[in-house]
Amino acid sequence: MTRAVVRYDTGDAPPPKVDMSTTLAWFAMPSPVLTASGCAASGRELDQFFDISAMGAMVTKSIMLDARSGRATPRMAETPSGMLNSIGLQGPGIHDFIEHDLAWLRERGVRTVVSIAGSTTQEYEDLAKILRQHEGIDAIEVNISCPNVADRGQVFACRADTASGVVASVRRSTDPSVPVLVKLSPDVTDIATIAVACDRAGADGLTLINTTLGMVIDTDTMRPALAGVTGGLSGPAIRPIAVRCVWQVRQALPDIPILGVGGIRTGRDALEFILAGAHAVSVGTVVFHDPSAPMRVHAELAVELAARGFSRVSDAISYAHRPEDADLSSDAEDDELNPPEWV
Amino acid sequence: MPVQVRGEVVSVRRAGQYFVLTVTAPGVAEITRPGHFAAFAIGDLESSSLILRRAFSIYGVQSRGIYGGTMDVVVADSGPGTHWLTQRRRGDSLDVVAPLGRPFSLPREPVSCVLVGGGYGSAPLFMLAEQLRARGCRVDMLLGAATEEKLFGVLEGKRIASMVTITTEDGSLGEAGRVTDLLPSVMAKANAEVVYGCGPMGMLAAIAGIAGERGAYSQCAVEEAMACGIGVCMTCVLPVIGDDGVTRMVRSCVEGPVFRGERVRWDEVGTIPADTYGAPAGDHR
Ligand SMILES: Cc1cc2nc3c(=O)[nH]c(=O)nc-3n(C[C@H](O)[C@H](O)[C@H](O)COP(=O)(O)OP(=O)(O)OC[C@H]3O[C@@H](n4cnc5c(N)ncnc54)[C@H](O)[C@@H]3O)c2cc1C
Ligand SMILES: Cc1cc2nc3c(=O)[nH]c(=O)nc-3n(C[C@H](O)[C@H](O)[C@H](O)COP(=O)(O)O)c2cc1C
Ligand code: FES
Repeated sequence: MTRAVVRYDTGDAPPPKVDMSTTLAWFAMPSPVLTASGCAASGRELDQFFDISAMGAMVTKSIMLDARSGRATPRMAETPSGMLNSIGLQGPGIHDFIEHDLAWLRERGVRTVVSIAGSTTQEYEDLAKILRQHEGIDAIEVNISCPNVADRGQVFACRADTASGVVASVRRSTDPSVPVLVKLSPDVTDIATIAVACDRAGADGLTLINTTLGMVIDTDTMRPALAGVTGGLSGPAIRPIAVRCVWQVRQALPDIPILGVGGIRTGRDALEFILAGAHAVSVGTVVFHDPSAPMRVHAELAVELAARGFSRVSDAISYAHRPEDADLSSDAEDDELNPPEWV
Repeated sequence: MPVQVRGEVVSVRRAGQYFVLTVTAPGVAEITRPGHFAAFAIGDLESSSLILRRAFSIYGVQSRGIYGGTMDVVVADSGPGTHWLTQRRRGDSLDVVAPLGRPFSLPREPVSCVLVGGGYGSAPLFMLAEQLRARGCRVDMLLGAATEEKLFGVLEGKRIASMVTITTEDGSLGEAGRVTDLLPSVMAKANAEVVYGCGPMGMLAAIAGIAGERGAYSQCAVEEAMACGIGVCMTCVLPVIGDDGVTRMVRSCVEGPVFRGERVRWDEVGTIPADTYGAPAGDHR
């Protein structure tokens, strides 16, 4: 039989009773599943497929001060279990975003994480100051995987000093009641070093990870497949890299809130991130495959948690870091045995 | 508004070099208009390694019948994703998102229209022809392809259109040459005021040019590589001139795939023209 995909559908079984609420710093959400920046625009399109106000939150496409045309096409190439993209942050600029997108999200009652991007530290600061004058922002995500014009186009995220410079100025300029998440790039020698620097600079949480740089050569034209030559690799192909980053950062920073992202396709994948140390997860590229994926992942995650005896998603956060001998203890399900105490 | 439905394959039948795939798609038929497209997930949502949907013009829809609503698309086997689709069997399930994009606009007056299709690009033109006919428009069709095998819908065209002109590049059927070689004479004979086109980018550029020279109105359905098909990723953009005269990089999946011919900067597709809104100064590769 055919049927329309029913949103929130968990099959015929009643949804398991798992408390799915979580927090990123002091931003509380009823679901640990969010969208990922650049993979859901500003929400209107996905709202056709499911009620986006029911998700943990909407993470908007990274916005810059001014309008940007982005890069030439081709902007994407499919790869095994993933894709490369080289969009170049096409967008309308912060003022248009506030007037049209943020206003719509607010009216629609959607929890919103606004992602910002800049080409100088000053531009990030200006964006933070502009956003400070507006309501309806639950958190700011700072995309520091952008070329720094003052550093020969090196991305801010690849050095501890440039990363923490941006973080400190955004934290200083943002409304103190709004948590600032910093989104890191996996393309660094030691992600924990960058994470620690961002934490010291005042980050309230970290988003792990952005895409990892890749390249495809078109064997027909025998030239790079993307107009931008290289592109960011995303999708299930990068999931193990993302899980590794979450794990390493959780080891280095036992308490920092983490938003895990990279190749999440199912509730089982989301659980992997949570066990590795994520407080919440973003579903990115997989939305292109399945536009209702965030709600599906939410429902599947509840089933996966229930199957493992978790009554709250928060009990599963960092659970993979428990000591070797924890499983031998008779009361292994007691709350106090759950991390972060163990890490 | 598009819907995501789990459809079931009713049939896959060969038509020349193509395959006509019929799939149940409840709720889609009623809201589909000519020029809309559908996006199919390839393989399983939980495990497929091809994670981008494949887009196809909607060739036909039936809102009633023993299967409930169904939809037809024409598939050219041109890679792993399309090959997988051609191998589906009756009863297999398919995840469908449809109808997508902005369809062809129809003239208010019963004017004379020429519909030009290149290869499988003719697929959306038959539904369009029927609706134009229902409005009292004269419909002529111009179908072209590299070879006879790559033409689609010649017989159906003959049934619907006042006149069908065929071109093949190798001369295996109809006139030898390209559709655009014959378009001026077909337009003249039909006294056409509107040209609709669907096919490769180069053909659409030529159609827009020819229509423009003759003071006719053109509507072209483009085919750009798409990652999401629903407007969230910004991969499918091309430079299009807006009502305000400003060029923007617009998403062909939601603001297209149908564009007015004179609005697309055909020669600059694949680039960011220097005067595009938000273009980086001095860098417009
Ligand atoms: C609006 C629209 C309507 C279309 N209508 C039809 C139709 O009616 N019949 C038909 O046979 N084909 C149609 N196409 C083209 C069809 O989508 C591609 O042939 C198909 O995606 C190729 O997938 P593949 O895995 O077989 O090939 P591959 O070449 O392996 O595909 C690799 C990647 O490139 C993308 N891609 C490759 N070729 C194209 C292309 N020509 N257009 C867009 N994306 C491409 C694929 O989606 C995939 O992500 C349409 C495309 C668009 C955008
Ligand atoms: C098309 C596309 C556009 C993206 N745009 C942005 C962006 O604007 N800002 C950002 O921080 N990340 C952006 N990303 C990265 C994603 O948010 C995410 O970190 C990454 O894709 C890994 O997750 P995924 O595998 O679930 O997609 C983009 C990814 C894709 C595929
Ligand atoms: S294909 Fe994603 S925006 Fe058009």
